[in-house]
Amino acid sequence: MRRRIENGITAVCLAMLALLICLPVALLLSGSITGDYEMWERLLPMTPAGEGYVRWHWIPEFPDFSRYGKLLFATPQFFVLFWNSVKITVLILAGQLLVAVPAAWSFARYDFWMKKVWFCVYVVLMLLPFQVTMLSQYLVLDRFGLLDTHWAVVLPAAFSTFPVFLLYRSFRGIPESLLEAARMDGAGEWYLFWRIGLPLAEGGIWSAVVLNFLECWNLIEQPLAFLEEQSLWPLSLYLPQVGLERAGFAMTASVVTLVPALLVFAFGKEYLEQGISAAGTKG
Amino acid sequence: MKKRNLIAYAFLLPSLCGVLFFYLIPFADVVRRSFLTAVTKEFCGLDNYRTVFQNEAFLLASRNTARFCLFCLPVLLGLGLLVAILLERHCEGKRFLSAYLLPMAVPSATVVLVWKMFFAKQGLFNAWLGDFAAMLGKERVFTTDYMDSGAAFWVLVASYIWKNLGYTVTLWFAGLLSVSSEQREAARVDGAGAWQVFWRVVFPQLLPNLYTIGVLSFLNAFKVFREAYLVAGSYPHESMYMLQHLFNNWFVNLSLDKMAAAAVVTGAVMITGILLLQRLWEKE
Repeated sequence: MRRRIENGITAVCLAMLALLICLPVALLLSGSITGDYEMWERLLPMTPAGEGYVRWHWIPEFPDFSRYGKLLFATPQFFVLFWNSVKITVLILAGQLLVAVPAAWSFARYDFWMKKVWFCVYVVLMLLPFQVTMLSQYLVLDRFGLLDTHWAVVLPAAFSTFPVFLLYRSFRGIPESLLEAARMDGAGEWYLFWRIGLPLAEGGIWSAVVLNFLECWNLIEQPLAFLEEQSLWPLSLYLPQVGLERAGFAMTASVVTLVPALLVFAFGKEYLEQGISAAGTKG
Repeated sequence: MKKRNLIAYAFLLPSLCGVLFFYLIPFADVVRRSFLTAVTKEFCGLDNYRTVFQNEAFLLASRNTARFCLFCLPVLLGLGLLVAILLERHCEGKRFLSAYLLPMAVPSATVVLVWKMFFAKQGLFNAWLGDFAAMLGKERVFTTDYMDSGAAFWVLVASYIWKNLGYTVTLWFAGLLSVSSEQREAARVDGAGAWQVFWRVVFPQLLPNLYTIGVLSFLNAFKVFREAYLVAGSYPHESMYMLQHLFNNWFVNLSLDKMAAAAVVTGAVMITGILLLQRLWEKE
């Protein structure tokens, strides 16, 4: 009996916390279908001349879905930015996979000259915040004329060392005896990597993809520093510029931006959790 | 052995080239530049460093960043551990985890407006505080403007915890699950209470995780800049003016000499910290 009461109280606490954490997203969703007039009425107190407080109706009195239609079919500017985001994200992820997977395999399965030094460099680079390496990235990009192109954002991110670290963990999990047995049977090193390493580390690779997708979809600092031309911007930079007077539009656009990330989150939840815990446990 | 070396480097090479080209070599260039004047490129010794250390904005920003990290990290780690313990005790706890992780999927740009609505002078947060006071039978009007006063710092803290709690909980939760239940059972049979079991049996085994969780949370602490910048712009209230704002503003003003020196100083402090922690971690 006591155990059940305790269980109930814990559940209530956990559920309330979950509710609190999801609140901003709920506000966004309800805002995106609130009609323009109602939105203006709600936000009136926030304007300089306004009085009283903002009061929010979680279910709008006059739901209005038309903004979605307008945004998706009649706002070409939004589309350009959306595709910029997609392009940047896809290129970064592809680059990371191409480069980081073999590198992680090398760190996980071979002993080589300077291995410890390089691994330490990789871990430190993974932990340094962007601001510390911002100037150095700028200098290279400037030297090679890449500033104000999407490559300025894509290339440094593609060589990020974080996925190497994540994948290293999953390649470590493969038992050495398996590889030795394959070697005995005459399998080459490339075969080991391609036919044994990759399939067995599939979960880890998906974790890296999910974690890095969420990161790329949310890029702020890099495009802010390296892209001056606004038509090259990803959505994440453009949205905050929409003023309060177009709050309805901003909320709808926010939801459309949020949807791809939520889809990846919903389908990749398990991988996300695995990826996070893999980074935290000692291997 | 030689052949193995060759194979290993063949796998590593693409990544290593990129890292050298985009990170290591240019950073060496930044170190060199930190000893030169910006325009004439003459050697000026430690002048840039002296300027940086006498720069009030730099001092303010470092102080704020340090204060933010010193306050937020313990709170986040403690809160995360508490929630992870509750999750583990509850039979269906794992279900809540995805709700806590949701903010990780929410791009900073999409919550800017929500933050403004919450924390404006006449925003939702003040409205709810008023309601709460009314519920307790007191009539009070709350008019703090969170974005434009010392309270801005707390908004930053709240935003950081909101975004990162799920991440930390997941890390702690994985640690808790790796503690064997037999050991706990044995301690309980020997007459230890729940509290004792936790401190004497479970917690010591979680300690190795503490280093990684701490380092990863610290890494994410620098990303609060996104929300701070998007909500409050380049020059927010001085209580939330962080190193990230400073770097960004120097970058915009092309103060490359100061930036080089500051990047070297910040980088050096962080690399020392990371290596020290790693030593501790490996010892465990």
